[in-house]
Amino acid sequence: MSKPRVAIFDFACCEGCQLQIVNLEEEILNLIDVVDVVEWREAMSEQSHEYDIAIIEGSITREEDAKRLEVIRSRAKILIALGACATMGGVNKMKNNFDLDEVRQCVYGKDGQMPHLNTEKTRACDEVVTVDFKIHGCPINGAEFAQIIRSLLVGKAPFVPDYPVCVECKAKENICRYEYNEICLGPIIRAGCDAPCPSAGWRCFGCRGMVDNPNVEAAQEVMDKYGLTVEDLKQKMVLFNTK
Amino acid sequence: MSKNININVHHLTRVEGHGNIAVNINDGTIEKCEWQVPEAPRFFEAMVRGRRYDDIQTIVSRICGICSISHSLVATKAVEDALGLEVTEQADMVRHLMHYSEQLQSHVLHVGYLVAPDLFGEKSVVPLVPKATEAVLKIVKCHRVANQMSALLAGRITHPITLTPGGMTRVPTEEELKNLKAALEDCVPDLVDVCKVVLSVAGNLPNFQRETEYVSLKQTNPLYKGTLSEYSFYHGDITSTDVNGDGDMPVNKWESVANEYVVPQSTAKWCKWHRDSYFAGAISRYKNQSQFLSPLAKAVEKMFGLTTAAVNPFMNNVAQLVEAAHVVEASLELIDKLLTKGIKQETVKVTPKAGRGYAAIEAPRGILFHAYEFDKNGECTWGNCCIPTNQNHANIQKDFEKLVPQFMGEGEDALRQKMEMLVRAYDPCISCSTHMLNVEFVK
Repeated sequence: MSKPRVAIFDFACCEGCQLQIVNLEEEILNLIDVVDVVEWREAMSEQSHEYDIAIIEGSITREEDAKRLEVIRSRAKILIALGACATMGGVNKMKNNFDLDEVRQCVYGKDGQMPHLNTEKTRACDEVVTVDFKIHGCPINGAEFAQIIRSLLVGKAPFVPDYPVCVECKAKENICRYEYNEICLGPIIRAGCDAPCPSAGWRCFGCRGMVDNPNVEAAQEVMDKYGLTVEDLKQKMVLFNTK
Repeated sequence: MSKNININVHHLTRVEGHGNIAVNINDGTIEKCEWQVPEAPRFFEAMVRGRRYDDIQTIVSRICGICSISHSLVATKAVEDALGLEVTEQADMVRHLMHYSEQLQSHVLHVGYLVAPDLFGEKSVVPLVPKATEAVLKIVKCHRVANQMSALLAGRITHPITLTPGGMTRVPTEEELKNLKAALEDCVPDLVDVCKVVLSVAGNLPNFQRETEYVSLKQTNPLYKGTLSEYSFYHGDITSTDVNGDGDMPVNKWESVANEYVVPQSTAKWCKWHRDSYFAGAISRYKNQSQFLSPLAKAVEKMFGLTTAAVNPFMNNVAQLVEAAHVVEASLELIDKLLTKGIKQETVKVTPKAGRGYAAIEAPRGILFHAYEFDKNGECTWGNCCIPTNQNHANIQKDFEKLVPQFMGEGEDALRQKMEMLVRAYDPCISCSTHMLNVEFVK
């Protein structure tokens, strides 16, 4: 059996998720043994139009990028969205809270109306094409990436948690951020990151997106206990979860 | 010798972000020679408006995945300048260590994974695995140690989660620092071996000279006087080889250093200080501060015969190796100092106030500027970021204009490879697209 051909493509993003793949260090050498990486612009010079698995990093902010993504989709059997920009638009979606002409003016001044500075509402990959799998996080968790790719290669459904960050945060015996009078998104955000932010003294910023069926009652209970409202919680959703 | 050359590199590989190279030579006459940036702009300065002072570093960290620590640190410093916050010596030293981890990680990644394939005549690091297994494993080891250091100090490798305006949310334990020290000491011989491997193929770095202005920070903080951190990545004034100490600029005047401008025949905003272009990066820091290098860094400098007279942009890669050695020893010195003083748990208390703040820091690929303004509630009303790659665009173009006539006689493939290598030598980080315009050069 020939090795599956994998290509990695990047759109508007910081390319930090690709870096987590590089950061697998020796593990990446094992992955290269079982797949054939045919295009990965950040790391190698080869390019190809023939691949089985396309891994997409970044969000879509221009029509020309949407067209490029559609072409990639038509060539790939499996399309994977890599990281928060690809899975839900990421921080780039904060731009959607503003009038786009005003945004261009703000950053580029009088040059802002030049055609090449065109920008449209930021979209996640699945707002443009069909996405088969999502690898969550900003940045992604390298170990989770390796697990998902290995699962796909052996034809197994990858494991992606559908319980909140609180589960992993509690297991690490962290003091709840609400005890510090902070509003943490842990109760409604998908786990799988191992709660690094609450463990380092920050709230959960919500980079992995909401769980499929958030336990609204439990979240409400937490809000009530600390004299907060669901509105307060929604206010904190802005960094990664703008619609 | 070919009289007609047509180079059209769409989305240059082995660089961070998207850049194009376009050259047309017709019957020996250069008709077009362009460095273009088609990266999608992301408008960070607009997006930070309305966000609280303590969310800024979390947002702008996402400007760049490779230098996220530098972006977070410089944003935190600019916020602290705006709010009039002082940080403790301990927090300052821990931040230095965090910053050194990024310099080491980025330099090893750049020279080892992205530049070395060119020097070995390969298209990526993958074919180097069977060809130079031991060397690749040593590069991987140094890279891993740097990443473990970032994970310890920044909370994770990419996008720090231990920084907050006024201090740190988490500092390492003494035990963790001792382990880090052992890991860094263990990594020294491997780093030296990596330098030797690069030296063995350094003859393949093109022989190309073009003198320019070299801009970097210069230490002014008394806390680091007489230490290895006198070679500054973090504090100080802005200096250049054209200034030589007479006319250094305080960081709150960085807009007068960057002087972003529009070229008449182009839509690109470029940067210039005393000339039409300048160089930001390891070679600039080295030229302005080489007297403060550590013993190991000086040994690497000698090994390659690098001197401050170097005007070959490809020597930026060598300066990165010199700095990689330097930051390992500077880190060991700081760890000892922290262990001697003992780690204390510190709390941070901030009262928001209105104000504007400026900061500069050395990202691995050159000097990086941020500025923010806040209202009395601590909500951001204005932001401005100027990134090193943006500052280098004009210099890359000027290099192209000298390099193409010099090497066009070698034919299309050789010329294309040299132009690609030149861009890589600057270690560009094109996704840092805060200010980037689509560069179109009309001859």
